[in-house]
Amino acid sequence: MSVLYFSLLLVMAVLAFALARGRASSGARAAAFHSRPNYHGLLAASLVAIPMLVVFVIGAILTKMIAESQALTALDPALLTDPLRRGAALREIVEVANGRFRGNPSITLQAAGDTWAYVQRVARFSIYGLGLAAGIGGLMFALRSITPDLKARNRFEWLVTVLLMICAGIAVLTTIGIVFSVVFETVRFFQKVPPMDFLTGTQWSPQTAIRADQGGSSGAFGVVPLLTGTLLISGIAMLVAGPIGLFAAIYMAEYATPRFRSTAKPVLEILAGIPTVVLGFFAALTVAPLIRGAGEYFGLSVASESALAAGLVMGMMIIPFVSSLSDDVITAVPQSLRDGSLALGGTKSETIRRVILPAALPGIVSAFMLAISRAVGETMIVVMAAGLAANLTFNPLDAVTTFTVQIKTILVGDQEFDTAKTLAAFALGFVLFFFTLTLNVIALAIIRKYREQYD
Amino acid sequence: MQNLALETVAPVVESVPVPKITAKDVNVHYGEKHAIKDVSVDIPAKGVMSFIGPSGCGKSTFLRCINRMNDTIPICRVTGDLRIDGRDIYEPGLDPVLLRARVGMVFQKPNPFPKSIYENVAYGPRLHGLASNKVEMDELVEWALRRAGLFEEVKDRLKDSGTSLSGGQQQRLCIARAISVRPEVILMDEPCSALDPIATAKIEELIDELRANFTIVIVTHSMQQAARVSQRTAFFHLGKVIEEGVTDQIFMNPRHELTRNYITGRFG
Repeated sequence: MSVLYFSLLLVMAVLAFALARGRASSGARAAAFHSRPNYHGLLAASLVAIPMLVVFVIGAILTKMIAESQALTALDPALLTDPLRRGAALREIVEVANGRFRGNPSITLQAAGDTWAYVQRVARFSIYGLGLAAGIGGLMFALRSITPDLKARNRFEWLVTVLLMICAGIAVLTTIGIVFSVVFETVRFFQKVPPMDFLTGTQWSPQTAIRADQGGSSGAFGVVPLLTGTLLISGIAMLVAGPIGLFAAIYMAEYATPRFRSTAKPVLEILAGIPTVVLGFFAALTVAPLIRGAGEYFGLSVASESALAAGLVMGMMIIPFVSSLSDDVITAVPQSLRDGSLALGGTKSETIRRVILPAALPGIVSAFMLAISRAVGETMIVVMAAGLAANLTFNPLDAVTTFTVQIKTILVGDQEFDTAKTLAAFALGFVLFFFTLTLNVIALAIIRKYREQYD
Repeated sequence: MQNLALETVAPVVESVPVPKITAKDVNVHYGEKHAIKDVSVDIPAKGVMSFIGPSGCGKSTFLRCINRMNDTIPICRVTGDLRIDGRDIYEPGLDPVLLRARVGMVFQKPNPFPKSIYENVAYGPRLHGLASNKVEMDELVEWALRRAGLFEEVKDRLKDSGTSLSGGQQQRLCIARAISVRPEVILMDEPCSALDPIATAKIEELIDELRANFTIVIVTHSMQQAARVSQRTAFFHLGKVIEEGVTDQIFMNPRHELTRNYITGRFG
């Protein structure tokens, strides 16, 4: 039904465009028009499309509300108090109405299904009728209002501004919505587990006892081992990616010949395109055994899954983020600053260290922050290479685990969404979100402080 | 008019009593392009020499040969004989970095570093270790800022960013930065082209003071400026020096027709 409606909408809009454009460009008066014919056409098309769209959206919402309330009156009112059973009943009604119900529906259910189907039919005709009326009304209005004085260009551009604003609004609202959904579940979690236990506890074992007589699954929700694990792995990753990425960027931007740069840069960026799950098994199957072997050679005991393996490979993963962004900001430093330093008798490396890097610092900092955010949020590599054991340790040769891995572990499989274990995932998500948010705020503050001096 | 047979005209060059810089048959190629053709010119010590000529005539390119800034452009090739105090500055053993400490440069657009005013001036001395302690550095910075006529305006805000100054102040800061390493020669590449008339007047005044201690070579698009600040002038056209001599004589009584046309504003 909606495909047909939108085809109709499109045809009407194109028709409006053609008619309005023709009217605004015909005759000797064409030169006297304030706006070009195309703008009259676009404005008329918008005046047709927008009312039709509004009719469709409001119609769809109303249809759903009316159909549900009408259909449910046929059923037992006691059902409707429980939201879960209400939802199940609605699904059955829709199945009956569409003839997809398996088995024989009861009489009341059949009646409800018929009601639902009837409302849908009526609503469909109404929407078509009203939509067509709105479209034709819009078209008539648009054509009548075409005069040389009509500021069609300004009006249409206002409409475009509104459209852009709506898109920006959607992006912002989505973010806010995600934050709230996490916050609500986190609050529910904190009703079961005290926040102080969560934030300062040093034990993480989210298995809770299902029966009272079960032992060994006490359900400890201390986030500290996860925090240290995350910091340890991200720290190792940044120790790898920070220097390598930055130095690679300096070489690319300042020393490499254009030919080398034009091949090496895309290759480096391919590294950013490798799926992390591939890097994950590279870490687990190649790097981790190597580290274990090397550790045994030196007489160290290395867990088969170690923070070091995950950190090293994660560092490889984020090298392109550091190098590519740093390369861009270093290249963006004006040539005049390089000339200024060289003309004072500075060597190339003095110029880079004392002028170019300080000038590029804000951009380099933001590159680092982006890389850290990536590292903190990375899951697959850690799952495969660092294990699931929540050890409170700073030894890079031990197995550790991170926020993201625990969230994934908790939510994999069938879950009941009201146990402390499942809700803990949301609390972890919230802490993780807060963590990366703080990083971003710090990065922005640094950028703002130093950019003032630069521009 | 522009198609005068350049090949048949020998450049009109006068000898200079005490040349600081001597160029003989200098040629510059940018890849395929022959930008400077057989330029020979003598630049006197302790004075101001200006290079004038229409856009793209090679005067800035030639200026950048004197401190080997053209080295930073890979496709640029310089041949010929270019000497400062009799020493060939393109000889293989010479380090261009050390040369540039002796031959400072001021650019067309003010290019202060994104550092404080103090650090901008202290940058060169730090590179070359010209001050052994904080007190000496303070004195050196103050001296350079005074010579550039900027100290009184900025003495209370030496910690402010150099980029916070006005355009004219920025350019004087760049001059202070250039003289802070006590060079022998200062090259100026259209130093006033981005400045308003008042700031320009200040820079010109400053150039007039500096010539007592430095050899100054200035490229300019303004013939009035060349007439006001320089004692000698060379006229460039299509990569060649057409005429060279005492400024007053070039402007009052040019010997070459191209020079006369340019000065009277008939082309360029």
